[in-house]
Amino acid sequence: MADLPARLAALTQARIGLPRAGQTLNTAASLAFDLAHAQARDAVHAVFDTSALQAAFDLIEVHSAAPDRATYLQRPDLGRQLPAKEAARLVPTGADTAIVVGDGLSATAVARHGVPLIRALLPRIGGVLAPVVAAHQARVALGDAIGAALGVDIVVMLIGERPGLSAPDSLGAYITWQPRPGRQDSERNCVSNIRPPHGLDHETAATRIAWLVQQARALRLTGVALKDESSVTARISQAATPA
Amino acid sequence: MATPGSGGAGLMPYTQDLGGTRHSFADLRGVLAAASPHRSGDVLAGVAATSAEQRVAARLVLADLPLTTFLADLVVPYEADEVTRLIIDSHDTQAFAAIAHLTVGGLRDWLLAADGDAISALAPGLTPEMVAGVSKIMRNQDLIAVARKIRVITRFRGTIGLPGRLSVRLQPNHPTDDPAGIAAAILDGLLLGSGDAVIGINPAGDNVSAAHILLQLLDELRQAYAIPTQSCVLTHVTNTLQLIERGAPVDLCFQSIGGTEGTNRGFGIDLALLAEAQAATLALGRGTLGQDVMYFETGQGSALSAGAHHGVDQQTLEARAYAVARAFRPLLVNSVVGFIGPEYLYDGKQILRAALEDHCCGKLLGLPMGLDICYTNHAEADQNDMDGILTLAGVAGVNFIMGVPGADDIMLNYQSTSFHDALYLRDVLGLRPAPEFEAWLLESGITDAAGRLSSSPARLALPALLDG
Repeated sequence: MADLPARLAALTQARIGLPRAGQTLNTAASLAFDLAHAQARDAVHAVFDTSALQAAFDLIEVHSAAPDRATYLQRPDLGRQLPAKEAARLVPTGADTAIVVGDGLSATAVARHGVPLIRALLPRIGGVLAPVVAAHQARVALGDAIGAALGVDIVVMLIGERPGLSAPDSLGAYITWQPRPGRQDSERNCVSNIRPPHGLDHETAATRIAWLVQQARALRLTGVALKDESSVTARISQAATPA
Repeated sequence: MATPGSGGAGLMPYTQDLGGTRHSFADLRGVLAAASPHRSGDVLAGVAATSAEQRVAARLVLADLPLTTFLADLVVPYEADEVTRLIIDSHDTQAFAAIAHLTVGGLRDWLLAADGDAISALAPGLTPEMVAGVSKIMRNQDLIAVARKIRVITRFRGTIGLPGRLSVRLQPNHPTDDPAGIAAAILDGLLLGSGDAVIGINPAGDNVSAAHILLQLLDELRQAYAIPTQSCVLTHVTNTLQLIERGAPVDLCFQSIGGTEGTNRGFGIDLALLAEAQAATLALGRGTLGQDVMYFETGQGSALSAGAHHGVDQQTLEARAYAVARAFRPLLVNSVVGFIGPEYLYDGKQILRAALEDHCCGKLLGLPMGLDICYTNHAEADQNDMDGILTLAGVAGVNFIMGVPGADDIMLNYQSTSFHDALYLRDVLGLRPAPEFEAWLLESGITDAAGRLSSSPARLALPALLDG
């Protein structure tokens, strides 16, 4: 038995008009919730499988200072640090732009969108590109240490966002001018909710990221002073900060 | 034997000898932090006990500390922090006199033996640090048993916090603040008996005009159905001040608050601004039964997150946020207990403990405590953990909980409690809505005389917005 006129449920993605058994949810509604939560949990704990990235691109892999998922979740500071032995594998090659793929809080998002998004970015982004870097147990700010080690002017961090119950595979892109450890979130620009077919598609996202990268090169900065006029939400909001 | 600093000024270390090991703590702040039950946020801050034995040693020290120590050894310096100044300057020595001779351990025993009225009378004499301290030597059942005795009753258009009652904040959030989507979620919640604490929207954006539209929507719905409740758009206090100037129908003034001046600066507020906002909201005179107009949210971990924790553990800082809240006679205060993420509260066990601590400490300080019983998808928690916390919070006498459609907040991306969860809790514990709202539910045909949902579903006439 549902209490709400059925057509009202179509007005929002919120879980309204749910069928009841007595005063609580019926079996179908209860299990539907469990499934959504299971998918979000699997996304958080999914292992970052880099084989598709390896097959597609010239790839270097690094690990943050967080040794495992449990530590990563409790110590965001470790997920932002690049140990010296990892940094040693990244050497300046004369490139000015780096693309980093980090698992963040959803390796599922990276698995779904990493390769096609980078393929869409490559013809648009310009500059001299460093090899793609795959970063394990990564927070957004790990890109600063990676970018600094590579000696680039711009790092584009593609990273799995915190999964919502109905959105386990959302990818975010963070663009940082002159990356180095200690950069603040207010010094980055962000394109979030890359998640076709429900969120941004890969082509649109790549166009917006490339626009921000080109603006960053022209203005020699990123962050709140770089207003996104490609009609995308550029500033990082607290609620949407993934990692 | 525990040896508190002999000078009483907190300069001497606090020590405890256990089987040949001397556990020393430099100051009260260190004792409190080490005595706190294990949680990830204190580890992240570098203030947690370094061993299980050290944790108990700190509790033994704490239990033997005179309560007067808390008035001398301040965890955040008086000169540096206006919250400390508020705590010390508003401390009621007359109320404190009843327990001034006690240690922290003695206070625990006193609270377990006292009746609710005696505890309530004590509230102005307690500081947040005393309350946090005693909570650290209380088991979960102690936190429940003590809180259950304390009733904090507040009023606006309804009466919240009466014995045997459980109110619900109806939380109809939408990722783009779409009025029709929000109205549909409100209707769903009302038909399931939620909304007596407040109908409160977290707006997706920071735009004052959009908040104005939402306030008008809320007010029109409330008046169309003649609901004896209050509404709120949970926007920054400076936005609410602008909305009041524009003539928007503001019932309650919302703000997130923390336990240090620096945390509050991070929230863009100070005590003077809260006082200004309270005065402006009171001047509207919109309450019919009472004029408790403030709605505060808190949560352990906010001070560390803002880089303003002063080396103090997150639970003590949370209790200090309640000192801020109680200065402004709030209608509602709730700890958003699992929202901040696993780096502060890692799993269901830590979230449960924090929920019971926050509820009990808030009540001890005289606040109308509710709980947003919740978790994010990267925490080690699930709906079963929330069921446990929900049930225990109900037993502890929580004033209100959240009602989110299907427990899934599609704007804030976290899971809280649902309209159905509230029905469950009222059902298993024999709790009823606020009396005015209960009468409205009955008149509207939503519930029957026994307080259960009517067997023939009620139909509220649709507002114009939805009547397509």
